[in-house]
Amino acid sequence: MTASVVVTGLGVAAPNGLGTRDFWDATRNGKNAIGRVTRFDPSGYPARLAGEVPGFVAADHLPSRLLPQTDHMTQMALAATDWALADAGVEPADLPEFDMGVVTASASGGFEFGQGELRKLWSQGSQYVSAYQSFAWFYAVNSGQISIRNGMKGPSGVVVTDQAGGLDAVAQARRQIRKGTPLIVSGGVDASICPWGWVAQLAGGRLSTSDEPDRAYLPFDREARGHVPGEGGAILIMEAADAARARGARIYGEISGYGATFDPRPGSGRAPGLRKAIELALADARAEAGDVDVVFADAAALPDLDRVEAEALTAVFGRRGVPVTAPKTMTGRLYSGAGPLDLAAALLAIEEGLIPPTVNVEPAEEYGLDLVNGAARTAEVRTGLVLARGQGGFNSAVVVRAVD
Amino acid sequence: MSAQEFTLDSLKRILLEAAGMAEDVDLGGDILDTDFEDLGYESLALLETGSRIEREYGITLDDSVLTEARTPRALIDAVNAHLMSGATVA
Amino acid sequence: MTGRRVVITGIEVLAPGGVGRKSFWDLISSGRTATRGITFFDPSPFRSRVAAEIDFDPYEHGLTPQEVRRMDRAAQLAVVAARGAVQDSGLDLTDLDPYRVGVTVGSAVGATMGLDEEYRVVSDGGRLDLVDHTYAAPHLYNHLVPSSFAAEVAWAVGAEGPSTVVSTGCTSGIDSVGYAVELIREGSADVMVAGSSDAPISPITMACFDAIKATTPRHDDPERASRPFDGTRNGFVLGEGAAVFVLEELESARRRGAHVYAEIAGYATRSNAYHMTGLRPDGAEMAEAIRVALDEARMNAEQIDYINAHGSGTKQNDRHETAAFKKSLGDHAYRTPVSSIKSMVGHSLGAIGSIEIAASALAMEHNVVPPTANLHTPDPECDLDYVPLTARDQLTDTVLTVGSGFGGFQSAMVLARPERSLA
Repeated sequence: MTASVVVTGLGVAAPNGLGTRDFWDATRNGKNAIGRVTRFDPSGYPARLAGEVPGFVAADHLPSRLLPQTDHMTQMALAATDWALADAGVEPADLPEFDMGVVTASASGGFEFGQGELRKLWSQGSQYVSAYQSFAWFYAVNSGQISIRNGMKGPSGVVVTDQAGGLDAVAQARRQIRKGTPLIVSGGVDASICPWGWVAQLAGGRLSTSDEPDRAYLPFDREARGHVPGEGGAILIMEAADAARARGARIYGEISGYGATFDPRPGSGRAPGLRKAIELALADARAEAGDVDVVFADAAALPDLDRVEAEALTAVFGRRGVPVTAPKTMTGRLYSGAGPLDLAAALLAIEEGLIPPTVNVEPAEEYGLDLVNGAARTAEVRTGLVLARGQGGFNSAVVVRAVD
Repeated sequence: MSAQEFTLDSLKRILLEAAGMAEDVDLGGDILDTDFEDLGYESLALLETGSRIEREYGITLDDSVLTEARTPRALIDAVNAHLMSGATVA
Repeated sequence: MTGRRVVITGIEVLAPGGVGRKSFWDLISSGRTATRGITFFDPSPFRSRVAAEIDFDPYEHGLTPQEVRRMDRAAQLAVVAARGAVQDSGLDLTDLDPYRVGVTVGSAVGATMGLDEEYRVVSDGGRLDLVDHTYAAPHLYNHLVPSSFAAEVAWAVGAEGPSTVVSTGCTSGIDSVGYAVELIREGSADVMVAGSSDAPISPITMACFDAIKATTPRHDDPERASRPFDGTRNGFVLGEGAAVFVLEELESARRRGAHVYAEIAGYATRSNAYHMTGLRPDGAEMAEAIRVALDEARMNAEQIDYINAHGSGTKQNDRHETAAFKKSLGDHAYRTPVSSIKSMVGHSLGAIGSIEIAASALAMEHNVVPPTANLHTPDPECDLDYVPLTARDQLTDTVLTVGSGFGGFQSAMVLARPERSLA
C-alpha cells in the first residue's frame, strides 16, 4: 500500500535548457531564458515576453510519420520521454507491456494545433479541418502518444488542474505504482505560446506587461506584477523502489509525500488551502518541517498570491525558517510543466548539494522568506518540498527525499 | 476546365504532407502496387490524405474509396475516375 | 485504510431527452431515443448533422447570470448535476471537514463550445491570424484550462479537498469516478463529488469527427441514427450531458442511514498502445481492464448480471468490445445481457462514462436492464445478447460498465450490491 516510489529518469524540455544537463547548467548558474515572444509577433498585445524553448526541432527527434499529427507540446513531450527513458536505462520493448503506464498533466492541450484547425474551420470551411484534430489538441494526447510510441499498456491517466496538474499527475503515477504497476512515465509538458493561446492567457489577468526580461517576473518582490508564461516541462520515469534497486538503477530520489487542497470559494472567509496541502504532504512523507532543506515555491508574482504563499511557508517553517527558491523566474510559468520541472530541479539539487537561485528578485522583507536569490547556495539537500498552484484555487505539494 | 490527371508523384507529395513517411520505407521505389499498410499508412493517414486530395482537386470521394483502395494504384485510379467524370460535367 | 469500500449515495444525471435522474431513467428504460437533427447551429455544411442535444436552461436550474457568463455549457451542466447529486445523497456537506471532501470532473474536450465561439469572435470569423484580445470574453481563461470545471463544482458544493479534472478522452467518465474511488480508499478524502461533463456539440467537434468519418451521416432519420451493434450502423451520434455522484465510504454511509445505490467494487484502466483512434480487433487491453476490475472486486465473470457496453455504434468499436467481453468473461459473455444506452442518448465523449455508471446503478435499483434501441439487423460478428429495443426485467446485482476511447484508453468498472459476500 505505501511502497516506496522513486524517480530513476529525467527528461527536460525547458526554456533554459534542452535536456537535463543543459537545463541544470543553466539553472544552477541563474541563466534567464525569458525574452520577447518569437513564435508570433507580440507587438499588438499588452504582454510580449515569454519563456520559449529555443532550438527544439521536432524532426531531429521524432519520426516524420508523427509530425503532421502532433502539436508542438506533444512533440516536446515525446522527445523528453525518450530522454527520460534513456536516462533511466529503460528499454520499454524489454519490459512486459502491462507493467508500464503513462500519467501526464495538461493545462490546455495542443492549443496551437487547435488554433490552426479553428482558423481553417471558420475561414475555409469544415471540410478543411484535419483528420488529426480529433485528438491532436485534446488533453489526453500526450499520455496517448507516449503510450503508443513506447508500447505501454498499463494504467494511464491525464489530470487537468492548471499549474498544479504536474504534481497531481506525479501523485497519481505513484498511486498506480503502489497498486502494482512497476513503472509509470509521468510529468507534464505544456505550450500555448500562439496568438489564440496568448489571448486566452491574457484573459486570465495574471500576465506581466513588462518589456524587460530581467524585471518582468518578480515573485515575492515589491515590484511583483504578474508572471511571464513559458512552455515546456519535464517527464519523469517513476518506479517501485524495489524494482528499481533490483535492476541496479540509478535513483534520483523518492516521491515521499503529497498533499492537495482546493481554496474555499471566494468570499467564504475561510483560510486558503496551501498551508494544509503542505502539512498533508509532510505528514504523508512522515517528515517534520525541520527535515525540509529547500522549498521550490509556486511563485505567482501577484502580491496577494505571494502573500498567501509566504504566510503558508512561515506558518509551517517559521520566519526565514527554510531556504526558498523559484528557478522558474528563469523560465516563466510552465503550467503543467512547472511542477515536474521543479521536481527535476529538486532532485538535481539533492544530487549536487546545491540550491539553484531565484533570479532578479529582491524579496520584500515583510514576507519573511529566506529566498535563495542572486546565486546558487551550496547546501546539503536531503528533503525538498515542491509547491504548485492552479488558477481557481488548486494547491498541490510534493515532498522528494534523498535515497541512501 | 480540362481534366487534371492525378499522378503517383502527386499522391506521394500529398502523403508526405498529410502523414510523413515511415522510417524503413522508400517512397521513391516501385510502390504502385504495395499495400498502404506496408508503406506505413493506416486508415487515419489515408483519411487525412483523402481529404487533402478532395480539397486540392475539388472532388468528393465516396467513403468506400479510402477503405477499399489498398494500394497507390487503386487510389490513383479511383481519383482519376472522379476527375474524368467531374470534367465531363464541368 | 485498506478495506475502505466506496459506495454511491447520490446521483444526478443531465442527459439528452431527460434532465434529472428520473426522466433519464424513464427515457432509457422505455427505449425512446433523444437523437435529433442539430439545432444549436446550421449543420448543413457537415457530413454528420444529427446529435443528442439537451434542452437545458441554466437559469431554470438556479444558476445566476454571472455563473452563466463565466462558465462554458459543460461547466454549467457539471455544477447543476453536482448540486443535484449532493441533494440526492441527503448529505449536508457543511457538517464535514471541507478538506475531506474532494471533487473530480471528467471531461474529454473541456470548454469546446466556448472556445469555438470565442475563437470565431477574436479571429473575426477566421480572418485574423493575430487574434484580437480586445474582443476576448473576460472569462476566456476558464475555457483555456478546463480545470475550471472542477473549481466551479468545488465552489458549488463547498469542497476544499483534492479536486481535479480527469481528461482521458472518451473514458474520462469512468476514470474520473475511478480516480475518486482511489482517493477515498487510500484515505485522502471521505466524500468525493465525482462525475463528468461534456458539451461538445459545436462546429469544430462536428468537423473533426467528419474528417475521420466517425460520426454517422444518417441525417434523414435522426431518431434512429444511433445503432450500436446493428449491422447497418455507420458511426456514432454526438451527444452532451453530465452525471455526478456522491461517493463515500460504506461504513459512514451506513452510519448515517444513507440510501446506497451501489458499491464501486472494482475499477481498472489499460491502454492499447496501438493507435490514437484505431482499435486492435482482439480487444485484449479492454479484456485486461475487465479482468483487473473483477479481480479488484474479488468477483468472477459468472457474477456479472449485466454489461453496460461502450457501444458507440462504429463497426470497429462494436466488434472490438464484443471480442473483449468474450475474452474476459468466456462463455458467460454469451449468457449476459449487453446493452448500449448510446443508442438513445448519443455519445457525449467524456461525460458518457459517468452517465453509463448512472444507468448501471439505476438498472440495479430497478432490476431492469435498459435496451439497445434501433437494433433490428444483427451483425454476424456481434453475436451476444444486446437486449434489442425493449428493456428487460431481471435481477441485477452486479454490473460491468466499460469505455473505450481515443488515445487508446480502455476502462472497466464493476458495480455491485454492497451486501454481497466478499468471501
